[in-house]
Amino acid sequence: MSAVRICVVYPDLLGTYGDGGNGEILVMRARWRGIDADLLLATSSDPLPPAELYCLGGGEDGPQVLAAERLRADGQLSRSVGDGAVVLAVCAGYQILGEAFPDASGSSHEGLGLFGLTTAKGTGPRAVGEVAAEVLAKSDGGLGLGALSGFENHGGLSQLAPGTAPLARVLSGVGNGVDGTEGALVGRMVGTYLHGPVLARNPELADQLLLWATGRAELDPLDDALAHDLRHERLASLSRATNRGGGARPR
Amino acid sequence: MRTAVAIWGLRGTNALSRLTGRGKGTVAGGRVGLALEPKLVALMAHGRRVALVSGTNGKTTTTALLAAALGADGARVATNATGSNMPAGHVAALVGDRRAARVVLEVDEGYLDAVLQDTQAEVVLLLNLSRDQLDRMSEVRMLAERWHRALQSVATSVIANADDPLVVFAARDAVSVTWVAAGLAWRADATGCPVCGSQIIFADGAWACATCAFARPQPSWSLAGTEAEGPSGSVALHLALPGRFNLDNALLALAASCEMGIELGAAATALGSVHDVAGRFITTQFAGSMVRMMLAKNPAGWSALLDLVADSADPVVVAINARVADGFDPSWLWDVPFARLAGRRVVATGDRWRDLSVRLRYAGVAHEVAEDRQEAVRLAANDSNGGVVDVIGNYTAFGEMLRDR
Repeated sequence: MSAVRICVVYPDLLGTYGDGGNGEILVMRARWRGIDADLLLATSSDPLPPAELYCLGGGEDGPQVLAAERLRADGQLSRSVGDGAVVLAVCAGYQILGEAFPDASGSSHEGLGLFGLTTAKGTGPRAVGEVAAEVLAKSDGGLGLGALSGFENHGGLSQLAPGTAPLARVLSGVGNGVDGTEGALVGRMVGTYLHGPVLARNPELADQLLLWATGRAELDPLDDALAHDLRHERLASLSRATNRGGGARPR
Repeated sequence: MRTAVAIWGLRGTNALSRLTGRGKGTVAGGRVGLALEPKLVALMAHGRRVALVSGTNGKTTTTALLAAALGADGARVATNATGSNMPAGHVAALVGDRRAARVVLEVDEGYLDAVLQDTQAEVVLLLNLSRDQLDRMSEVRMLAERWHRALQSVATSVIANADDPLVVFAARDAVSVTWVAAGLAWRADATGCPVCGSQIIFADGAWACATCAFARPQPSWSLAGTEAEGPSGSVALHLALPGRFNLDNALLALAASCEMGIELGAAATALGSVHDVAGRFITTQFAGSMVRMMLAKNPAGWSALLDLVADSADPVVVAINARVADGFDPSWLWDVPFARLAGRRVVATGDRWRDLSVRLRYAGVAHEVAEDRQEAVRLAANDSNGGVVDVIGNYTAFGEMLRDR
């Protein structure tokens, strides 16, 4: 079988918040299991290559607008998704895959429309801080992965369209910011506001993406004690803060 | 009168915090002074020759270098040498030595516009701009835009790094600019054109936008090896501080001191006398071993430091915290090319050793972990055969280890 191609989309525009680590994590988790995997870093000046799995990350406001324009003009991401490609989209990368997203001034720009999702500029302070969110159960059409941990840092509020499922429900933090939901799940596409990077703290989500991208029924287990310990410590730091009465951050 | 009361309050607070053993109390005193007289920075800077130093990396070191150069002719220089780079620290430095006619202030990037207005500085030195503390700071482009607005409205002479597109963007419309070829090791925040959004192309030591006219200005100061060349001649720099990035910092300090009238040769000699900048790069005793103390707090700083230690085989302790002064989100660890530490003995410590350990695992760096800093150094030293252990910490982790040695 040929190598699974894992593409980090536009690290020059969507690489501000360390989310490029998600691509590195996916490649290493494949290789540790003897699965051949290639990491493709696709800069915005070149055509986007075909891949089985695309990772988009957070970026600044101006570059975010540019990334959306180039992805729309390029067309490859939408074509690949149509062919069944897997997507993990974080923060600014998540917003531009929706129908519309705001720039720094609040003006709305057209997204790629891969998620039934519209993002508007929030009126309050940015959502900045640790997040805990419970992934929707399989019985509710979700991935059933338990509690996610991550760090959010965004000014946008994302409204899911009817029929678009959230990834998770917020236990602590802001997430999508409108109805207690966090992220989105559409087919094999996952959107989220969580940095950390999200796959460093939540290896089960990484393996779900790899299952889809490789078409395998299961993956050999890895020793994730360290990542679990990290997630546990981060989630515990939130409940400690909440217990002190100072855990909530401005909305 | 109000100023006198404010200074009295500040001095009282300083004396009190010294008595109660809470340290030098400079910042606490500065806060009290500012609360009593909000214009204290402007009042205390009035009539003095002030130079400001700002940027993401190299602020504290470059401030020390410039302070040394400005004192090369024997003049007294007041400075916030402790790295307290917000207004309370500026007040403390200005009040701490009121007889010094020359002042060098390290300024937090986010406070540069306000401090520039308050001090009407004669010179401002701009190092570089890259991602840092994203939970607290503006995104780096917004910061460059704020600098740009502030620099248009003052008569200050700007000494700016011509190799950083974001710094050039900020300084391009200032009344007076001296461009210095001070290098840029980390380009990831500079690849998009800040003017038109197109792409910045770096080639042959220069850079230019692929679409618009925005391009590297012709520098009037540059380095050839360790030889600094400026408009008034050239001089050899013999620094006690290691690393290419410190030569770049020294070149900027040299240009700024010449702008303020210091003779080139005397300034260069003074730059060579700086060897201890708030503990950075010192070799000292810690937990029974000799350690080399280094500070790196963001991906750009880490890249420069990993270059510096690339040829060393000494064991390394990496200490990472995520407190308010560090930024609460250590996701930036994933932008650091830690794979370059593979093969050395590495120990992860600091409040966020778990984040670091996960990062190192995916980077293929075999390592050990120790929550306790002393234990971390002892573990690393087991393999050093009595040699030196490299300790690299981010801001508060470095400060803690420096204090506890």
